[in-house]
Amino acid sequence: MAEQPKNFGFGEDEVMLRDSARKFLNDHCSSDKLHRLVASDFNLDRPNDCVWDQGLWQQIVDLGWTAVCVPEAAGGIGMPTVAAISLAEEVGRVAFPSPLIATLSATFVLNACDSAAATNALTDIAAGKATALALTNTDGQWDSTATGVQVNAAGRLDGLAAFVQDARKCAQFIVSARSDAGVGLYLVSGAADGLTVTPDSIIDLTRDQARLTFENVEAIELAAPGTGDAAIDAALPALLCLISADMVGAGEWLLQTTVEYAKTRVQFDHPLGFFQAVKHPLVNVMLQIDNAKSLTYHAGCAFDHDPAEALRLARMAKSEASDMAVFSSSRAVQFHGGIGFTWECYVHLFFKRQMHNQVLFGDAKYQRALLADLVMGKAA
Amino acid sequence: MSESERVDSPEQALFRTQCQTWLANNHPGSPPVTIPQGALELSDPDAMQWLKQWQKSAYDAGMIGCDYPVEVGGGGQEKFQTIANQEMQRAKTPYLPNIIGMGMAAPTIFFHAQDDVKAELLPKLLSGEHIWCQGFSEPGAGSDLANQQTFAEKDGDNWVINGHKVWTSLAHFADWMILLCRTDKSDKYNGLSYFVVPIKSALGNGVTVRPLIKMTGQTGFNEVLFENLVIPDRYRLDAVGAGWKVAMTTLAHERGAGLLVTPASGGMATEGESGVSVGSVGSLIDLAQSHQRLGKTAADDPALRDEIMKLMIRREAMQQNTRRSAVSGLTDHPMRIPLQSKLVGTEFNQDLTEVAYRIEGAASTLNRNDPNAPAGGQWPLAYMNSFGVTIAAGANEVQRNILGERVLGLPKSK
Repeated sequence: MAEQPKNFGFGEDEVMLRDSARKFLNDHCSSDKLHRLVASDFNLDRPNDCVWDQGLWQQIVDLGWTAVCVPEAAGGIGMPTVAAISLAEEVGRVAFPSPLIATLSATFVLNACDSAAATNALTDIAAGKATALALTNTDGQWDSTATGVQVNAAGRLDGLAAFVQDARKCAQFIVSARSDAGVGLYLVSGAADGLTVTPDSIIDLTRDQARLTFENVEAIELAAPGTGDAAIDAALPALLCLISADMVGAGEWLLQTTVEYAKTRVQFDHPLGFFQAVKHPLVNVMLQIDNAKSLTYHAGCAFDHDPAEALRLARMAKSEASDMAVFSSSRAVQFHGGIGFTWECYVHLFFKRQMHNQVLFGDAKYQRALLADLVMGKAA
Repeated sequence: MSESERVDSPEQALFRTQCQTWLANNHPGSPPVTIPQGALELSDPDAMQWLKQWQKSAYDAGMIGCDYPVEVGGGGQEKFQTIANQEMQRAKTPYLPNIIGMGMAAPTIFFHAQDDVKAELLPKLLSGEHIWCQGFSEPGAGSDLANQQTFAEKDGDNWVINGHKVWTSLAHFADWMILLCRTDKSDKYNGLSYFVVPIKSALGNGVTVRPLIKMTGQTGFNEVLFENLVIPDRYRLDAVGAGWKVAMTTLAHERGAGLLVTPASGGMATEGESGVSVGSVGSLIDLAQSHQRLGKTAADDPALRDEIMKLMIRREAMQQNTRRSAVSGLTDHPMRIPLQSKLVGTEFNQDLTEVAYRIEGAASTLNRNDPNAPAGGQWPLAYMNSFGVTIAAGANEVQRNILGERVLGLPKSK
């Protein structure tokens, strides 16, 4: 194993960033405010608006959060990967509706592209241009060569990209597209002619998601045909870590909120938390959160210091975090009892975010199947 | 270079080199007798004697008790024990037999005994010349540890002890015991006091040790009866009535959450002599590759692959949790990770050995004395023995109560 700092890369600056992010989000995205923002209407046939606080996003850009993992040469801050991971964790802790995780994810893919166009895109991200990845097809395959977009003879894009995260909050997209020479990566403006963004109706109220349809859309090449999948693969450990960190943050909210409820709700003359049938599963949630958190930091640290090990470790993190996401959210609803099953209780916002998170880039068993291939070799 | 080595201070780096050099020249080699999987299973006096010699030589080389002051037989250093432990593990040494002495008695004595008692007891404890056992559990005081009935009655400058201790590992070899007992019947918690008791010298004279047989058929633990055993007052630790507080020091160290790092060696192959390290995920994978299932190797079965990967992830998470807990600012509560250590470690071990014996399939039915038992029958044996540690030191149900109450702040369960 190559050298790794004992603190995962969390120096003074990174801890300070994390603390200021936590305070900022606590101050500006309370669960109460979040519920009023995204859950004011329970009717599925409500207008499919993209609700988020764009003023808050501008403040986040001014705080430099989109620049943390953009290299200094491209106008960013060039912090370790755990800086982005800790931001994702804080975002998850308040289920913050924003294009931050999409944009941080795009950063890592662009960092893996070796082109002037990629550097320019990174500079725009550092300056606050929200960017999303469009890397999968309608089957939701996470293989880096899976795409429903083709490069046509004119060098423009045709086809369809599905499950694009926070698409309507983003100004541009990084699109994987196939041509005879293989998969390349392309930058497409959200305002490009021939691009249609069709929003999905999704369960998670704290995000948006869309299909992108391409009809002869102008695109800038970021990674040449045949090199795009390698760039995605190189960035994949960081992408897995960002989602895992979001789940860790959301898991901690679910745990602490349920613990508070278990201290105050009285049944059979005792607070719920007195009963071991409630107490012990909550401890198990805590154990899983801690596992997921440490594994995520470890994988993020390896991404910077020991890239050969990063994918193995990131699959471990995503596996543990996905299992934890299911368990933390299911226990939160169950232990809130009848009220936990209602729309008015805030728990469902986080429950749904965890449902969404755990399947992105593959659920726990998916991660472990690929991990086993890495560690034990492919099965006969 | 390992992760830990990079953070060594110059003094620590030098000490690490000294350990490596000594171990390269002084490894005791293969044991002349069968060594069981863990110290708590020791029953053969020859095995005990051989391991005591190993502990003495490692102590004389300065690798045991390094962080204790010189006045009590230690090395007078700071943060050297972890380095010695790492190097002894790396050199695949035998384990240390005085495990209860070093892990529980020594820190308790160090933090609570009077100075002359520390100087009297700790050197021979650390060198392994004196083996220690723990007198906590009783027939009516298991998870409810404070329900102690063994009674110590003051008689001038002495105490007279009567009572019955059970599940006392290593008592059949022990020279000394740490003893929690009652000195006041009117107060459950404040009526407890804590003593160090010489038991070998009192055998047949106030102390009786009888073996209890474990579900594996192995001996290793015992019941200990006290009938009017007289000990001097200087062997009391801390104040009369402060026994519960002192016991918390013992338990914190037993559960891996104490201030002092416990000396520990290990890594050498034990019973079964297959060279397989029970408890490692790597040996689980080797095992799966060498057993058949559904017409392929067990390592090709997707369901088993998933189980093995789950274990590998938990193993990695345990290490990374320990790493994270040492970094300030990365945990919300200082005891959140340390108090998990006993619980997650013992359950991991139980689940790993359970998967392992199932991988062996039909052959896992064979006892360890059957000539056809794979790997000397060690996997099913290790699985059975794993319940010793999920129950001992506060059953894991009690550990979950402690975490729920102290870390999460949930109301106390009865």
